[in-house]
Amino acid sequence: MISQHLPVLQVVVPLLFAPICILLRRHNLVWGVVLLSCWTSFAIAMLLLQQVLTGGEIVYAIGGWDAPWGIEYRLDILNAFVLLIVTGIASIVITFARESVHKEISEDRIYLFYTAFLLHLTGLCGVIITGDAFNIFVFVEIASLSSYAMISACRDRRALLAAFRYLILGTVGATFILIGIGLMYAMTGTLNIADMAERIRDVEDTRTIVSAFAFFTVGFCIKFGLFPLHYWLPNAYTYAPSVVSAFLSGTTSKVFIYVLLRFLFLVFGVEYAFETMHLDIILMVVAIMAIFSGSIAAIYQDNIKKMLAYSSIAQIGYMILGISLVSVSGLMAGILHLFNHALIKTALFMIVACFFFRFDSVSLKDLKGVGRQMPWTTMAFVIGGLSLIGTPLTVGFISKWYLIIAALEKDWWWLAVLILLGSILTVIYIWKVIEVIYFQSSDSQSDTGAIVYKEAPLSMLIPVWVIIFANIYFGVNASWVTDIAQQAAVYLMAGQ
Amino acid sequence: MLIEAAILIPAVGAVLIGLTGRYPNLREAVTLVSAVSMFVVVWQIYLALNRGDILTVELLQVVPGLSLAFAVEPLGMLFAMVASFLWIVTSIYSIGYMRSHHEQNQTRFYVCFALALSSVMGLTFSANMFTLFIFYELITLITYPLVTHSGTDEAKRSGRRYLGYLLGTSIGLQLLAIIWTWTITGTLDFTEGGILAGKTTDVVIAILFALYIFGIGKAALIPFHGWLPAAMVAPTPVSALLHAVAVVKAGVFTVLKVTLYIFGIDLLATTGASEWLIYVATATILIASIIAMSKDNLKARLAYSTVSQLAYIVLGAMLASTMGIIGSGMHIAMHAFGKITLFFCAGAIMLASHKTEISQMRGLGRTMPFTMMAFLIGSMSIIGLPPTGGMWSKWFLVMGTLEAEYYIPLLVLLISSLLNVAYLLPIAVRGFFSEPEDMLPENRPKGIKEAPLPCLIAIAITSLGCVALFFYPEPVYELMQSIAE
Repeated sequence: MISQHLPVLQVVVPLLFAPICILLRRHNLVWGVVLLSCWTSFAIAMLLLQQVLTGGEIVYAIGGWDAPWGIEYRLDILNAFVLLIVTGIASIVITFARESVHKEISEDRIYLFYTAFLLHLTGLCGVIITGDAFNIFVFVEIASLSSYAMISACRDRRALLAAFRYLILGTVGATFILIGIGLMYAMTGTLNIADMAERIRDVEDTRTIVSAFAFFTVGFCIKFGLFPLHYWLPNAYTYAPSVVSAFLSGTTSKVFIYVLLRFLFLVFGVEYAFETMHLDIILMVVAIMAIFSGSIAAIYQDNIKKMLAYSSIAQIGYMILGISLVSVSGLMAGILHLFNHALIKTALFMIVACFFFRFDSVSLKDLKGVGRQMPWTTMAFVIGGLSLIGTPLTVGFISKWYLIIAALEKDWWWLAVLILLGSILTVIYIWKVIEVIYFQSSDSQSDTGAIVYKEAPLSMLIPVWVIIFANIYFGVNASWVTDIAQQAAVYLMAGQ
Repeated sequence: MLIEAAILIPAVGAVLIGLTGRYPNLREAVTLVSAVSMFVVVWQIYLALNRGDILTVELLQVVPGLSLAFAVEPLGMLFAMVASFLWIVTSIYSIGYMRSHHEQNQTRFYVCFALALSSVMGLTFSANMFTLFIFYELITLITYPLVTHSGTDEAKRSGRRYLGYLLGTSIGLQLLAIIWTWTITGTLDFTEGGILAGKTTDVVIAILFALYIFGIGKAALIPFHGWLPAAMVAPTPVSALLHAVAVVKAGVFTVLKVTLYIFGIDLLATTGASEWLIYVATATILIASIIAMSKDNLKARLAYSTVSQLAYIVLGAMLASTMGIIGSGMHIAMHAFGKITLFFCAGAIMLASHKTEISQMRGLGRTMPFTMMAFLIGSMSIIGLPPTGGMWSKWFLVMGTLEAEYYIPLLVLLISSLLNVAYLLPIAVRGFFSEPEDMLPENRPKGIKEAPLPCLIAIAITSLGCVALFFYPEPVYELMQSIAE
C-alpha cells in the first residue's frame, strides 16, 4: 500500500517536517527531526531505486489526476539514481552537521537553518522526481531560495554578500529557465515532459523553440556554475557554513546537471540538441576551459574552501565533458562522475569543516602541522584528495577511467591528454595542502614543543570516515554503480 | 595463500611497528621478524614455482574485466626474492644507522618502509597491468614521507620533485597508455607473447610503447631522471633499498613486464617500435655516467650511476632479443647487490667519519678498511669485473646487442664500463693508497674507526652476495631463461 505512494512521499516527507522544525525551535531536537527525515528520504530513495531496477519506470499521478490534467511524477533509472545520491549525501551531511552548525551559526538562527536545509532537500527531490516542466521551475525556486538562506546563515558577514551575488545570478538563471519553459509550453501546449518530448518534434524548426532551447540551457548552466557562468560559485561555497558547502557541492549542481541531461536527451533529443544546434562543441570547449581555469585558480588559493570551490568548477567541467561526447561511454562517465564527485567533494568539505571546528580558520597559513594534531582528519583528507586526483582504488579513478575510454573511443587522444593534465593539476593543489598540514610545523607548537592533540569530535569524525570509506568501496567494487550508470546512459542515448 | 601472505606480512608488520613505536627494541624486532618471514614466504613461492605449481589469485573485480589479480611468473619471482632478501639486510643496517644518526620520527620511517615493501610485493606478483599500476602508484605515495623524512626545506623541495616526476609521468603518460591498451584489446592481463599483436597499426604500437616507456618514470630514463638524484635527500637506508633497489627496480621491472607481456618481443622486433628507444637508453647510459663523474657528493654520484645502470636494463629490454632480456633480468639482481653495498658504505662513511664528499675520502681506507674493501667489491660488481656477479649481466647484455645486431649500443656498453671504472674505482683506490691531504700527521685519526656493528654485518652480507653471485648465478639465470624461451 504505502510502497505505491513512495514517489510522493519522497517530496512530502521533508516538506512536512520543515514546518515542524520551526515549531520545535530547540536545536538538538530540531536536528533530530531533520536527521530522521533525511534518513527516511534516503530509505525511500533506496526502495524506489530497487523498484525501478526490478519493475522499470514508475509513473505516479498526484492526487489521482492523470496527466495531462494533473501533475505526474516519473521515475526512471536516471532520476532514481540521482535521488539516491542527493538523499544519501543529505543524510550523511546532516548526521555530521550538529557540532559544526552549532559552531558556525548563531544560536537563534539554528532552527531556521535546519528548516532551510529540509526545504532545500524538498526542492531537490522535487526537481528530480517530477515529470512536469513547470513543476521543475517551482522546485528549482524552492531549492534556490532555501540555499540563499542557508549561505547567509553563516556568522561571517561576507556570507551575506556571497549569498546576494548568488541570489542575483540564481534569479537570472531561474528566469531564463522560466522563459524557456514558457516558450516550450507556448509551442507544444503541454507542460508534461513526456508529452512535450513527443510534440516538440513537429515544431522544433521554429525560432521559438531555438530560443527556448537557448534560454533553458543557459539558465541551468548558470545554476550549476558552468564556466564562464560560475562567477557566484567560489564565494558562495567559501563563505557559506561548512556544512552547507558540503551539502551544496554534493547535491545541488548534480541535480541541475541532471535536469539539463533530461531535457537535452529526452525532450529536445540527441539529433536536435547536438546535430542541429551543435551544443556538443560548445559544451566541450566550455568544459575544457572549466577544467583548466578551475584547476589553475585552485592552485593559487590559500583558503582551502575556496580551493575546493574552484576545484568543483573543474569537476563540473569533467561531468559536462563526458556529456558533450554524446556517446554511451561518455554519458556513462558523466553520470558516474555525478555520483563519484558527490562522494569526493562532500567528504573534503566535511573534513574542512573539521579543520574550521578546531582552528577557526580554513586558511593554509593557520593549518601548518595539523597532521600531528588531527591525525585521523588529515588522513581522511589525504584519501579524499587522492580520490579527487583519481588514484586507482578510489571512486575518482573510475570516473577518469571511463571518461578517457570515451575520449579514446572517438580517437581523440588529445582530449585524453587534456583530461590527464587536469589530474596532474589536481595533484598540485592537493599536495600543496598535504605539504602544509604534514610537513610544516605550526607556530603555536614551536613554542612549547609538545603536540596538542586536537582531533575532531567523534560525531564529526565517524561520518567523515563513513563517506571516505564509500570513496574507497565504490572505487574497489564499482560494478554496481557503473552498471546503473551504463543503463542510464543507454536509456538517454536511446532518447525515449 | 602464499601470494597474499607475501603482501600482507609487511602490511601487518607496519601496523605492529606503529603500535610498538614507543619501544624501539621491540619495534625493530618486529621489523626484522616481518622481513624474515616475508623472505621465507617468498622462498616458499619460489619452491612452488620450481615444482611447477601455478599460483594465481583474483581478489576482486573492480568493473567487469578489470580485476585486482596476482600471479607468479619468473621475472616477478626474481624481483621479489631480491627485494625481500635485501629488506632483511637493510633492516639490520637501519637499526645501526638510524640509532647512531639520531634520526627523528623513526617509527614513521619503519612503518613506511614496511608498507613500501608490501606494495613492492604487490607489484611483483601483479597479474595484469591495472594491478601493477595500482601498486606502482602506491609505492610512489608511500615512499614520499621517506624522501621528505628530515622535514627540511630542501627535503620538501625534493619531495615535490619526486612526486612531480613520478606522478606526472605515471598519470600523464602511463595511465593514458594503459587505458588506450584497454580500448584496443579489452584486456590488460599479462600474457606471454603480448596482447597487442595484430590488434592495431604499427604507428599506434610505436606511440603506445613510447608512452609506456616514458610513463614509467621510476625507470629514470632521460629526460625523466630528475627525481632520483633529488630523492637522495632521504636517509641512507632509504636510498639504499628503495632508490637503488625497490623503487627503481619497480620501474625497470615494469618496463620488462610491458615489453614481454603487453607487447611481446616478437611484435617489437617486427614493428621496430623500440628501435629509437634503444638510442634513448644508450644516451642515458652515457650522459648519466658523465654527470656521475662530475659529482663530488658520494650519494649524488651513486644516484647518477644508478640512472645509468637502469638504462642498461631498459636497453636490454628494448633490444627485443632473448639474450638482451636475460641480461636485463639478471642485471636487476646483480645491480641491486652491487649498488646497495655502495650505498651502505656511503652511509657507514657518513656515520663513522662524517664525510659526504668524495674529495674528503682520501686515505679513508686506513681508518675504515672494512668499509672501503666492501666499497671496492661493490664497485667491481657495478663495473662488471670478475669475481663479482655484475660480470654475468654485462656479458649477456653484450651478447644481446650482438644477437640483435646493434653495434652502437655495443660500443656504448664498452665505453660505459670504462666510465664506471673512472668514477667508482678511484674512490676505493685513493682510500687505500693516498695520503689524507689536509691534515697534519699528528691530527690524523689513529686506529680503526668503523660504523656500528649492525651496519658492518649488512655490508658484509651484500658484498659477499656480489661475490657469491659470480660463482652461483644459475638460479637467476634459470629464472630469466625460462621467460626468454
